[in-house]
Amino acid sequence: MHNLLIIVPICGIFILNIFLKPFRTILAFCFAAVIFISQIIISLFYASPFSLDALSSVVLLCIGIVSLASLLVTQHTVPDETKKFRFINLLITASIGMSGIVMVKDIFSMYVFLEVTAISSFILIAFDKNVEALEGSFKYMMLSAIATVLMLSAVALFLLGSVDMSFDAIQKSLFQSNNALTTLAVTLFMCGLFIKGGLVPFHGWVPDAYMTAPASASVLLAGIVTKVSGIYTLIRVTTAIFGFSDIVKNILLAIGAVSILVGAFAALGQTDFKRMLAYSSISQVGYIIIGLGTGSALGIAGAVFHLFNHAIFKSLLFVNSAAVEKGTGTNDMQRMGGISSKMPVTGFTSVVGILSVCGIPPLSGFWSKIIIIVALWQAGRYPYAVIAILASVLTLAYLLSMQRRVFFGKLKDGLDGLKEAGWGFMIASSLLAVITIGVGIFSPYILSNLILPIKEIFIK
Amino acid sequence: MTQSAWQLFSIFGFFTVMLFIAGAYCILATRGLIRTIIGIELLIKAATLLVMAAGYASGRIALAQSIVITIIVIEVVFVVIAGGISLSIFRHNNDLDVRRLQKLKG
Amino acid sequence: MTSDMTMNIVLLFAMTVSALWAVMARSLLKGTIGLALTSAIITILMFRLNAPLAAVFELSVCAGLITVIFVSAISLTKPLTHKEIECAARDRMKRFIYLPVIIVIAAVVLYYLRIPNYFAKAIMGDTAIDVRTILWGIRHFDIFGQIALMIAGALGVVILFKEANK
Repeated sequence: MHNLLIIVPICGIFILNIFLKPFRTILAFCFAAVIFISQIIISLFYASPFSLDALSSVVLLCIGIVSLASLLVTQHTVPDETKKFRFINLLITASIGMSGIVMVKDIFSMYVFLEVTAISSFILIAFDKNVEALEGSFKYMMLSAIATVLMLSAVALFLLGSVDMSFDAIQKSLFQSNNALTTLAVTLFMCGLFIKGGLVPFHGWVPDAYMTAPASASVLLAGIVTKVSGIYTLIRVTTAIFGFSDIVKNILLAIGAVSILVGAFAALGQTDFKRMLAYSSISQVGYIIIGLGTGSALGIAGAVFHLFNHAIFKSLLFVNSAAVEKGTGTNDMQRMGGISSKMPVTGFTSVVGILSVCGIPPLSGFWSKIIIIVALWQAGRYPYAVIAILASVLTLAYLLSMQRRVFFGKLKDGLDGLKEAGWGFMIASSLLAVITIGVGIFSPYILSNLILPIKEIFIK
Repeated sequence: MTQSAWQLFSIFGFFTVMLFIAGAYCILATRGLIRTIIGIELLIKAATLLVMAAGYASGRIALAQSIVITIIVIEVVFVVIAGGISLSIFRHNNDLDVRRLQKLKG
Repeated sequence: MTSDMTMNIVLLFAMTVSALWAVMARSLLKGTIGLALTSAIITILMFRLNAPLAAVFELSVCAGLITVIFVSAISLTKPLTHKEIECAARDRMKRFIYLPVIIVIAAVVLYYLRIPNYFAKAIMGDTAIDVRTILWGIRHFDIFGQIALMIAGALGVVILFKEANK
């Protein structure tokens, strides 16, 4: 049954590419929209045959929403019909890869789908074939290949002791024989995932790839690709295989805290809109990792909730940056100003997104951050809790300065003819903003129905 | 795992580490895009051989073979895309030198 | 030590040497040939490890197809002039001379490390299972992944290799 989410899109791509010639762009658009919307509906109401557990269905929901937003943005940012058709095909393969990662319970299948996602995103980044994008893509590719090799070596070492490659078997074998080689394997695998997730010692590719990618590709990439291929996998393998020993906890906490701080400080000095958002993304991913690093059920629930919220509000901000880029033709914040008066929807939704990132009370980001901080406090990790709170202030500082420079203030010369970029942008950003506000207001309901069931995976 | 199987695995592992070092050094020291891809190829080959040796030593050859076949398919697609990207970079820069890729910093 | 093992060691040694040649060779074409040679030796090793199917894949795909891809990528780029090759070669010598030294040091260190058999008690697998059963029966989810990957790869070829019309 769970194969359907993989097979149907694959068959659809075949049919679109081979049999249909007229209207294929519009058909591809409709097909992709149907797939993503049905994925959202399935993960909300009919999750059990399709996903492993509550964690899987939350992430499936994120994949559906962000892919849909990216698809809506594609409608306006890729003008040429043939190119748009190919772009939509690649979006579908990327989402196949991500759904695959979420649904497997086997470490090697996970690697295969990681690779599907990664290769689709290399092509998506390099899609416009301008020099910067090609370089960003090449950089991502090389680091990703190194991550691949680390993970494969770990797979080889796991093969020595375990019956097959499923999570349960590997966990059993690690439990039976705990020695230098298995420790090496765990370390290699986690390093691979840190590279994929763009955490701080390995974050070199993140800003370049996010900044240079075409607008709708960076929505997908920043919103969900790195979160699924780096962070979801990390949560899954630590809970299902490696377990929370003290060393693992300390490494996760340290890397998370460093990511928060480095990302936030680097974001302060940026003048490029998308590059600032990329560094902010690194910093927010740090919150997810320290939530995971508490090793308690509450911390993991908070981490997954923040993963969900982050996917939503970061793609909201990237959609808005795409709209601004489309309107003004630049990403340089020094050449923008006062855009809010000409693009009211974009301006308003971006305020919602920013306040949510900073964790201002009624919005979604507040709840996930407070859960993570409470979990840190309960676990006795007071310094990390303080870092998390202080970094929130830092986040507020750089994002508000961004908002002031781009959207508020006096309209810059030459931007008089600016207007809203198109219906796709408006639908995508309003949808994401509504989700951000809605999750914030109905957070008790969301928590008890979607997020707290995640504790099961930990107790098991 | 018997002692002789372990000995076989450790000999294969020994040479695999040499291959890893050669590939990593190639990536770090080279200045050509294609040569970087050659380094990556060496690394992936080393990983493949390690999987095969581990499978043989622990008596899971069938599993290791199916894993290796999948890895090889992935590797080919990866190399094709990497080649395509470096070719496109060449068309822009008329050069395959990594030092030209300094536009993105910080 | 049996003669079987000696043969393996000779092959592994040849593999390392050809990998070094792939890294240090003067021209890219020679490097590619070194890579193909490494791949061919790995094929023989896989065959000796009772993995004929993987060996065939390695030979036809890695030694064959990937070499073709590399050679065509190299031939599509600009060849260097004779003088530039001389200059680049001297430059390369300076940077790559350390590689054999590092390899030898690492070899000595690893030789004296003597990792003991940690997995003496691990359960041995069943050698009789056929690879086809595993690939198509148990691991069929990977096959879907491979299909999706090939679709992505085909799209990538269409997008990346097409000459940009300026």
